Amino acid sequence: MGKFSRLACVTRLIKLIHKYGAPKRFYELAGTLTPWFASLTTLLFVSGLYLGLYWAPPDYQQGNAYRIMFVHVPNAWMSMMAYVAMALFAATGYIWNVRLADILAKATAPLGASFTLTALVTGSLWGKPMWGTYWVWDARLTSELVLFFLYVGYMALQASIDDPRRAAHASAILAIVGVVNVPIIHYSVYWWHTLHQPASLTLTSQPKIYITMLIPLIIMSLGFMFFYLTMLCVRTRSEILWRERRTDWVRKLVESRS
Amino acid sequence: MRKQNKRLVFVLVGLAGVSVAVWLVLTAFRHNLVFFYSPTQVLEGKAPSHGVFRLGGIVEKGSIKKDGLHTTFTVTDLRHSMVVHYTGILPDLFRQGQGVVVQGRRVGTTTFMASQVLAKHGANYMPPDVAAELKRSMAAKAKAALS
Repeated sequence: MGKFSRLACVTRLIKLIHKYGAPKRFYELAGTLTPWFASLTTLLFVSGLYLGLYWAPPDYQQGNAYRIMFVHVPNAWMSMMAYVAMALFAATGYIWNVRLADILAKATAPLGASFTLTALVTGSLWGKPMWGTYWVWDARLTSELVLFFLYVGYMALQASIDDPRRAAHASAILAIVGVVNVPIIHYSVYWWHTLHQPASLTLTSQPKIYITMLIPLIIMSLGFMFFYLTMLCVRTRSEILWRERRTDWVRKLVESRS
Repeated sequence: MRKQNKRLVFVLVGLAGVSVAVWLVLTAFRHNLVFFYSPTQVLEGKAPSHGVFRLGGIVEKGSIKKDGLHTTFTVTDLRHSMVVHYTGILPDLFRQGQGVVVQGRRVGTTTFMASQVLAKHGANYMPPDVAAELKRSMAAKAKAALS
């Protein structure tokens, strides 16, 4: 009996995935969501930047230079979160042959790469006046650079194979293997002596950031999260259109627009 | 369904295998991945005896002596300490009681010639007035504990 109902649950879930996972349905769903995500992103960015750059007080040691963290920290978080999302999408597409998951993984890669690059560049600009150097080969900085190369490698592999199914399968393996790097980035500051400071925000202890500085940081983080969702919808929609360009529904859509 | 299960197992086993491999590599290179050595490690002979390496710790209070561009200060891990000589520009966050990482050579038992000084930043962020308030209350607590 228990086994039967569990099976029914799984079947229902798969039906649901197939319903909304059909590229056409997702194209419509993402189209409805995009303007909402985009306006939320704008609202969060404007208020987060205002609070971070004007309202938050200067730091007792770094003065105003610390304000770069309102961009650096959210991008560093998103670089790792986007990678985990990409690996999960890629694995879903690989294991269960969900075409939409392949597309979502492919759409995530350049976004994740740009989060990673922004985190590296802003960190480097902060590092020169504060640490005394733009770059050091410590465990945190090196593993984050490896993350950037993983994204770039994934994109290169995608681009080098013409058949989308084969491209998705080959790059899925790379994405899944690379996920090992994410906990290494996170724990690098605890496992090894690094120049990079440990996390100021953890789930288990009290934040080491004063509340008036923490609020803008959280708003900016949510902003970058919704920025990711917005861009994911936009990129996925255009990829769906390209892949389904020979189907009837895309033809009809194009005709109705022109 | 069987094919899908096969692929699921392949992904899980593969991921586990890669994790173990990476863990073994990181364990093997543990000592090479260290960005700096503490004064205690240096005095115990764990740092390279010849050549360039990095020394990290806290700049001891009242130990900074400046003479033009030349600076002398003591780096401590609260158990042992080493005297560092450095000529050049110091980063903004270099101050007493703060973390520092210096690169250079050991020239005596407890003397170090640095060619680069990097300031290590802590994880704390707060406004100046809160920091001053915190300092005052800490001092008051210490006083109360002493009396």
